[in-house]
Amino acid sequence: MSGLRQLFRNARLIDPESGHDAVGDLLVADTRIAALGRDIACDDAEIVDCSGLCLAPGLVDMRVQLREPGAAHMESIESGSQAAAAGGVTTMVALPNTEPPVDDVAVVEFIARRAREVRLSKIHTYAAATKKLAGKELTEIGLLAQSGAVGFTDGVTAIANALVMRRILSYARSFDQLVIQHPEEPSLGGAGEVTEGETATRLGLAGTTPMAEVIMVERDLRLVEITGARYHAAHLSTGEAVAAIRRAKEAGLPVTCDTAPPYFVLNETAIGDYRTFAKLSPPLREEADRQAIVDALADGTIDAIASDHAPWDQDSKRLPFTSASCGIVGLETLLPLALELYHGGRLSLIDVLRRLTVNPAAILGLDAGRMKPGAPADLVLFDPDAAWRIKTDAFRSKSKNAPFDGRPVKGQVVRTIVDGRTIFQLAGYQRAG
Amino acid sequence: MRKQAFRHRHLLGIEGLTPDDINHVLDLADGYVELSRQAEKKRATLRGRTLINCFFENSTRTRTSFEVAGKRLGADVINMAVAVSSMKKGETLIDTAMTLNAMRPDVLVVRHPESGAVQLLAEKVDCAVINAGDGSHEHPTQALLDALTIRRRKGRLGGLVVAICGDVLHSRVARSNIALLNVMGARVRVVAPRTLLPAAVERLGVEVFHDMAAGLKGVDIVMMLRLQLERMHGSFVPSTREYFHFFGLDYDKLKLAKPDALIMHPGPMNRGVEIGSEVADDIDRSLIRQQVEMGVAVRMACLEILGQDRGPDNGRVLK
Repeated sequence: MSGLRQLFRNARLIDPESGHDAVGDLLVADTRIAALGRDIACDDAEIVDCSGLCLAPGLVDMRVQLREPGAAHMESIESGSQAAAAGGVTTMVALPNTEPPVDDVAVVEFIARRAREVRLSKIHTYAAATKKLAGKELTEIGLLAQSGAVGFTDGVTAIANALVMRRILSYARSFDQLVIQHPEEPSLGGAGEVTEGETATRLGLAGTTPMAEVIMVERDLRLVEITGARYHAAHLSTGEAVAAIRRAKEAGLPVTCDTAPPYFVLNETAIGDYRTFAKLSPPLREEADRQAIVDALADGTIDAIASDHAPWDQDSKRLPFTSASCGIVGLETLLPLALELYHGGRLSLIDVLRRLTVNPAAILGLDAGRMKPGAPADLVLFDPDAAWRIKTDAFRSKSKNAPFDGRPVKGQVVRTIVDGRTIFQLAGYQRAG
Repeated sequence: MRKQAFRHRHLLGIEGLTPDDINHVLDLADGYVELSRQAEKKRATLRGRTLINCFFENSTRTRTSFEVAGKRLGADVINMAVAVSSMKKGETLIDTAMTLNAMRPDVLVVRHPESGAVQLLAEKVDCAVINAGDGSHEHPTQALLDALTIRRRKGRLGGLVVAICGDVLHSRVARSNIALLNVMGARVRVVAPRTLLPAAVERLGVEVFHDMAAGLKGVDIVMMLRLQLERMHGSFVPSTREYFHFFGLDYDKLKLAKPDALIMHPGPMNRGVEIGSEVADDIDRSLIRQQVEMGVAVRMACLEILGQDRGPDNGRVLK
């Protein structure tokens, strides 16, 4: 029968799927949620007092890079899982750009095995859409999906060739698989250097037009029109690309999109004096685009927020700007940075959480991101108002590349639970007041 | 009268310099022009100091100019062509910086093909660093020598109208000159086809022209920029023939400028591409050879300012 029972008492229970947002109790029996409501009685349960805290479905992060296999000195499945646990992420999906890439069933199985051994957050993986992520030949989409891959993408590289993309979409549709695009038209300039404009011109950097993103999204939407495949545009950063997705959704196309915190909390000025920690792909944009991303999060055009976790060691970032790698580690700052939307008055708390839980889970078809009886007990307990400063040195991630060191934020993960097991608990947490 | 001293630890760019800083360098350089014209050119100002020329990109003119300047001030000058040594062995920029730093130079003169690289290196060393050109970012001594050349000929910088013509997109010379001329009160124009102008260039404080006739009208100074060979054939402009026809400087175009307008070019020139030989060699109008001479004097001034002993903290509190 059921093993351990845990009763989370007096939490503000927030379940974006049902819209439930009220103080109450939640009972976990073994690995699943047994009940939620007011004044649940259970004699043999371990009691967790959650007064003043929010209890929500654990975060579902649909875009992380783990560097295992291949570069585990930057991030391993274990260190990435530790970071996820500390960030309140109970399910994450890894990009296939490892070495070797996830273009073969054996690599999917390797990642699943490592995740079972580490046994912290749940890890799923995308598989490559093309062999060796080279953008030319299709991978074994059917077999890879059967082995557990949850979607197909070339990771941090755009599927640039239109004919290849068309075939991927057509073929993936036969297996009802999701195709995820990194939308940056590569022929329009260096990927992820810097957005063209005054900042780039002053720094003497070769700027790329934001239209590189818009053109790729608009092209893809036409291909979706003729193939009917499920399509997801990753980390959108421009108002124009979001507008294209909005029109496609209105036209009834099966399309979704996400963005990542840097694109709604930073603009291109974060590059400052060649700060490589703010070098991203796509690059940070001008302020008007940042605001458009916030608007699209508020109106629901952007379905999900992903961390876009991209761990890089010092050697990859302590370089002249053009030579430095693109990306930011994000697992441990996902919640507080997303909560800036709430504290800034742009989204309600439940809507921020919706984009971090049930929405990405629904896009990926995962049994996650929901808090209802029978669902897996994947939960995050957090204080939405606790103020703290980000300290990159304290990251559990092996890599510390984030431009947020010292940034004051609000919202702290207190406990993370996966299948009823506590995988993270904030040391020395004392509720204010 | 001594102007307020130049209070910077490095010379990484013109951006951030005040008119006083710039005048201080130019005043000092004026004296070195005279010194360099004497038979006995050597001073002991930097005796015992070590200057390393560290060039990650090929250069003959700039490196030689710094070498001559350093030697005239009595410094020991070492030239390192890094492009052909350690970078090929995979050593990183920061490793190279640390290695050089351990040799305890007093001044490092650095050129690098990537924008921002010289600043990155400067953060890792204890000595003064002079940017001798980083990517498409800055080339401050070039702008200073251009300013000295203009000031000596026209008596001033403020109020002059200067047209910078050609490949502004890739030019560090253009960025440094725009910054310097603006801070000194000159009016700056850029003239180029749209493919050779960076986005939002007008935000740097310049008037933008795409046609030489309009752009050169009434200017005091015409600064031509070099168009790199690899950018000529169809990538940024269709051909050298077409480029010269529309944007190359010849007497037909020059006559639109003021009658006493002067011609400058940072070198090396592509004759018949951005500038015609008859204009380039016009001893009344062309300042191109004077620019080279002023280059040595300006670099002597910069080396004297940055190479001097600044006490135990070596001016570390200042950027």
